[in-house]
Amino acid sequence: MERYNKDLLNTLYYKMYKIRRFEENIESFFLNGEIPGFVHLYIGEEAIASGVCASLTDKDYIASTHRGHGHTIAKGADLNKVMAEIFGKKTGFCKGKGGSMHIADFSVGMLGANGVVGGGFNLAVGAALAIKKQKRDNVSVVFFGDGASNRGTFHEALNLASVWKLPVVFVCENNEWASTTPYRTTTSVADISTRAAGYSMASKIADGNDVFDVYESFKEALDYVKAGNGPFFLEAKTYRIKGHYVGDPELYRTKEEVQKVFDENNPIDRFEEKVLIEGLMTEVELEEIRIKVENEIKEAINFALNSEFPDPSELFDDLYV
Amino acid sequence: MRQITFSQATLEAMAEEMRRDENIFVMGEDIARQGGVFGQFKGLSDEFGDRIMDTPISETAIIGAAVGAAMAGMRPVADMHFADFMGVAMDELFNQMAKIRYMFGGQTTVPMIVRAPDGLSSCAAAQHSQSIEAWFMNIPGIKVVAPSNPADAKGLLKSALRDDNPVIYFENKILYREKGEVSEEEFLVPIGKANIVREGTDITIISYSIGMKKAYEVADKLEKQGIHAEIIDLRTLVPYDKEAILKSVKKTHRLAIIHEAVKQGGAGSEIAAFVAENAIEYLDAPIMRFGAPFVPVPFSPPLEKAYRLDSDKIVEEILEKF
Ligand SMILES: Cc1ncc(C[n+]2csc(CCOP(=O)(O)OP(=O)(O)O)c2C)c(N)n1
Repeated sequence: MERYNKDLLNTLYYKMYKIRRFEENIESFFLNGEIPGFVHLYIGEEAIASGVCASLTDKDYIASTHRGHGHTIAKGADLNKVMAEIFGKKTGFCKGKGGSMHIADFSVGMLGANGVVGGGFNLAVGAALAIKKQKRDNVSVVFFGDGASNRGTFHEALNLASVWKLPVVFVCENNEWASTTPYRTTTSVADISTRAAGYSMASKIADGNDVFDVYESFKEALDYVKAGNGPFFLEAKTYRIKGHYVGDPELYRTKEEVQKVFDENNPIDRFEEKVLIEGLMTEVELEEIRIKVENEIKEAINFALNSEFPDPSELFDDLYV
Repeated sequence: MRQITFSQATLEAMAEEMRRDENIFVMGEDIARQGGVFGQFKGLSDEFGDRIMDTPISETAIIGAAVGAAMAGMRPVADMHFADFMGVAMDELFNQMAKIRYMFGGQTTVPMIVRAPDGLSSCAAAQHSQSIEAWFMNIPGIKVVAPSNPADAKGLLKSALRDDNPVIYFENKILYREKGEVSEEEFLVPIGKANIVREGTDITIISYSIGMKKAYEVADKLEKQGIHAEIIDLRTLVPYDKEAILKSVKKTHRLAIIHEAVKQGGAGSEIAAFVAENAIEYLDAPIMRFGAPFVPVPFSPPLEKAYRLDSDKIVEEILEKF
């Protein structure tokens, strides 16, 4: 595997591991009652955001979801400010106005998580329209769940993107669950990418727990879109390891089902096994990255904990320009 | 001064601003080839080509894409065909467009305009006749304007096209054809400033958009009874000109608010409450609100007529309070 140079391997592992450890820390802080509101974790799905964002620059846009920490981190947002925002601190990206479900970092083209399922499709389409009008060589990517693909916004966005040949990649994170509902009971197709054909859109299915497959598939999407062919639909098959939100009693599935996926199809384990067996990376190199991540997370936690909450006098700030 | 229609005034505003700012573009149904259902975009695509874009019938995509493009540096104008169809895109309007700047801590701006043709016109019935501006007075993060005449139509649209906030531009379907004086010189009408269109001493009449026609009729009839009404054309509903309202009411000691929209929960309810809170001691009579009855717009001509405001009835009610 010549093409996977060290930089890329480091990047993929770094992003995935950083998301995993970030989320594990968020989970425990939340369970300790130290994080307000509610949070949706991306554990088990790290390969998708990491494999996609590895090929994007700050000038490319992403629109995200309620499960958006992973997208934000993979896109390169400053970890301190992500953490601080989730803690509701004024030093967060949104000065404490957004929180977990409305995290955004416009400086890296991260156009925001969204509290409304399916709210991101048309924002990404609009950003792609802007890219096209400004004659820029960038793309816009929208991440969304299987559940979101049943919203009307999905269908309007796919049609418009296709008919206007916009540089947008639709990345479906099919984690088999929409809140407490198995997607198969609510969705007319087994492969959501099937729907792309209805909009004359090219599509592909990737193994969403294999960061290499996601990376390769997204590269293909990117080349296709950048060549001016219009949008591309990438469905990444994955599985939601954690509850819908932290604290979800998960009465709708067995612990065994979840554990089996986590043991057998964990994207981080799969990456480690592959690179070690194939001699692409050494255990020492992996460990170096893990140490770096731990340090960054520790720093982010300290930053968040030591930051001030916003002052009530900031209530009206940024409502109007 | 030359006279042009409201519709022409909006066209001039669009053309002038589109020449000035190449980031402005327009999306909507039947606007490029057809020139808009009311001709309000006629000819724009001749000059501006693909900056006037015919969309599919996808209101959520129109508003959503406008928001996305605005965040990515453009200045989109989204036409809603009929204000009534804003409901289709309500999430994009009130959860995305209105909230993005605030919710993301001021990291971005959403400079865009939603053009919303509204109001009663020739028995268009329940789903094509509404005035829904009050909905948006309850949603922080949006500016709302509703011009009543060609000059304001032009000046407010130009201001909206330079504003870095999302602006909803309610344009009344009957007013499109109305003519009025519009200067040939370039001018802007500031958002948020009311216009005292007639000074008076005995009662303040507040209105906006098509309601202004009734306001003038009522004031003329009152004048014949020796009552000098002061008329305020609000022009902007969010943010509305509180100062102008208070100043006038403190002078005239009476207040009537007139609008075509449903009275219950209408713009008049907010203004009445505001005046009651801040100047009740100046009032010599109860605040009066005049608006549509609490019922959907009916189709049949006699029913539609019964639904409309009647200036004689308004005058009668006002006189009872003197
Ligand atoms: C329009 C809308 N409807 C319902 C919800 C409540 N809700 C939040 S997440 C969710 C499930 C979403 O499932 P999916 O799109 O598959 O994403 P996942 O949570 O699996 O990542 C629901 C129903 C919402 N936030 N917005």
